Amino acid sequence: MVQRFRTLPPRYWLVLVVVLFFIGLPTVIDSFQAGEWAQALVLAIAIMGLNILVGYSGQLSLGHGAFMALGAYISAILVHRYKLDYLLTIPIAGLLAGLIGFLFGVPALRLSALYLALATFALAVVAPSLIKRPAELTGGVQGIVLLPPVPPQGASDAYAAVTGAAMTSDQWTYYVTLAWGLLLFWLAWNLLRHRTGRAMRAIRDGEVAAAASGINLAGYKTLAFGISAFYAGIAGSLFGLAAGFVSPDSFPVGLSIQLLVGAVVGGLASIPGPLIGGIFAYFLPIESNQWVPLQTWIPAQIASTIEKAGPAVTYGAVLILTMIFAPNGIVGLVGAGYGRLRGRLRGAPDRESGQMPQDPQTV
Amino acid sequence: MTKIGARIAAVAAFMVTLAACGGSATPAPQTDVGITSNSILLGNTIAQSGPAAAYGTIANAELAYFTYINNTQGGVNGRKITFKILDDAYNPAQTVPLTKQLVEQDKVFAMFSGLGTQAQTSVRDYLNAQKVPQLFVATGATTFMLDESQHPYTIGWQPPYQGEARIYAKDILANHASAKIGVLYQNDDYGQDYLKGLKDGLGTANASMIVDAESYDVTAASTASQLATLKAKGADTLFLFTTPAFTIKSLVITTALHWEPTIYLNSVSNPQVYMGIASKAGAALKNVTSVGYIKDPTDPTWASDSGMQLYKTVIANCATCNVNDGFNIYGAAVAWSMVDVLKQAGTNMTRANVANIATSGLNESANPFLLPGVVVKTTSSDHFPITQEQVITWSGTGWTRQGSLIDERGTIK
Repeated sequence: MVQRFRTLPPRYWLVLVVVLFFIGLPTVIDSFQAGEWAQALVLAIAIMGLNILVGYSGQLSLGHGAFMALGAYISAILVHRYKLDYLLTIPIAGLLAGLIGFLFGVPALRLSALYLALATFALAVVAPSLIKRPAELTGGVQGIVLLPPVPPQGASDAYAAVTGAAMTSDQWTYYVTLAWGLLLFWLAWNLLRHRTGRAMRAIRDGEVAAAASGINLAGYKTLAFGISAFYAGIAGSLFGLAAGFVSPDSFPVGLSIQLLVGAVVGGLASIPGPLIGGIFAYFLPIESNQWVPLQTWIPAQIASTIEKAGPAVTYGAVLILTMIFAPNGIVGLVGAGYGRLRGRLRGAPDRESGQMPQDPQTV
Repeated sequence: MTKIGARIAAVAAFMVTLAACGGSATPAPQTDVGITSNSILLGNTIAQSGPAAAYGTIANAELAYFTYINNTQGGVNGRKITFKILDDAYNPAQTVPLTKQLVEQDKVFAMFSGLGTQAQTSVRDYLNAQKVPQLFVATGATTFMLDESQHPYTIGWQPPYQGEARIYAKDILANHASAKIGVLYQNDDYGQDYLKGLKDGLGTANASMIVDAESYDVTAASTASQLATLKAKGADTLFLFTTPAFTIKSLVITTALHWEPTIYLNSVSNPQVYMGIASKAGAALKNVTSVGYIKDPTDPTWASDSGMQLYKTVIANCATCNVNDGFNIYGAAVAWSMVDVLKQAGTNMTRANVANIATSGLNESANPFLLPGVVVKTTSSDHFPITQEQVITWSGTGWTRQGSLIDERGTIK
């Protein structure tokens, strides 16, 4: 057993540290910030779903906000009208969204990349209007207000034993989101390392070659879309729980774009990428809104414009910078940096000159 | 083994640090969050961007009034007012987290003059559950006054939309008894509230006067197709229950359609400067009627009025505010009521007491920014602060007041 732990590659230890970090996080930040981090994790889950589709299968979707909306509304309606426990509705929302995603995928995935992007974009555009129509069911433009969840006694006691303060609903939401996040990231990791993942990547890298190798193109593409929608559905459901409110305007077209930008900036076709992307996508607009007004060197006229355009401008700027300097996203950048550092520490030949460093130990 | 030991030790040290830091967060219940010996913290969410960005200036004008009070009177009872404004872009999905942020992170004493019917409805339950006063919301949706008993921490300020629509109904029945009414309304609680008021005001006997009611979503780009439909249905009287940007567009489109209906325009979009913008963009603005209850900064009647002088002094504290914009004097007027409530609360600065004064103990007959005779009043059984309005008509360059104040107090149940 010990032997097995000893031979674990360093990334497993990194995973452990990250998991412990997220478990411990609510104890050092206040309740409101725990709510914000829950939202960031929600985005991370949705981006993980998108990553399976875009990063691993090579299909572009601009409509994942619509699947989040679907998941959120399924949960909200079940809770609000049928008085179901919110925790029960999360898997229901995920599975239904996944099923609908799968069915949507059947015709849509016969389209080639750009046309698929347009079809899913249309989905994102009509979603808010569609939600408004059956007003008795969805609450129309008014949306549905959900009361904050009450932490179960056991969880609250355990939390109080560690920190000395009772658990708030935001902290409970955070842990629920974290649990789902861990489960779904673990699932994705397993899925993508094995047969299904290999098939998806083969399709991404060359459809003809993949088909020639006996891979069912339509089957795997539709499957990827379904799984991806399942992730978005779970994320949407958790979004409702964390926000305490769902309305058509909670899921604008911009959300779908936000998810895609998060996926690209975090790093496509990687497991940690969506986590970084989610944190980035959630906190960047907030931070940029607070940062811009404090910068006295930006002329007032420009500052007020940027402030109003807010997330859009900063997203655009960061996206361009990412494309130029880190085409594989933050994860790709860190990976490359780590590889280079390790190469130098181990005394690999310098890439430019082909010379060995004189004294590897002191570098 | 040593390597593993070191790693485990590092992780353990990390966990201990986390646990050690964790003990500090113990929120103790306080009755007067946001109040210190020399400050009062108020929070606000408003549309400073997005489809209703025209309203954004209201919060700036309110801040200007608080700055004026802080500078000239040292605040209220020795406490200076700090006013934190956040932009929710008229989108309830943003109002909810921003309000949570103001309440839980910034720890405001009360929310003041939050704008938008949908936006304020979406946080009403939350604020009442937290017992945070939601004072003088900048929406006239009737529910904010009528349903006060279920939401004791919430109160509106401006005249109810239904009351305003009833005044239009009276005007129609008196002056245009054979009108064929077409209504354009925003598809949300705000637009629907106006529409309900109009239908109630006309009564069942005259319900057929409304030949068509078309709605638009606040996220829409244009109202052209709705207006074309209304024209095609034969309407000769157009009601605009629309926010400022849509009002300007609709006035322009109506003229572009070669349509000249009698126009009734809701008060939430009627400042003289917006009419000016519509006129410049090509709107004919013939036979336009609205209502007012605040002194219009562009009306020469008030040139030497002391209230208007005060307003001009106040608004000088706001660099970006257009002194002629009626929304700014609205901001000053509602801030005047807020300061009045805080003064009344005196030393008993609890959330419950302040909410109670605002919802049941208001009695202002001297708000200097309102039309003479307009009273701001709430009692334990009546939670409609302002109910008087006066019909105004567009003269081509400004609004002209017609008749006298019409009081709708007690008509909405």
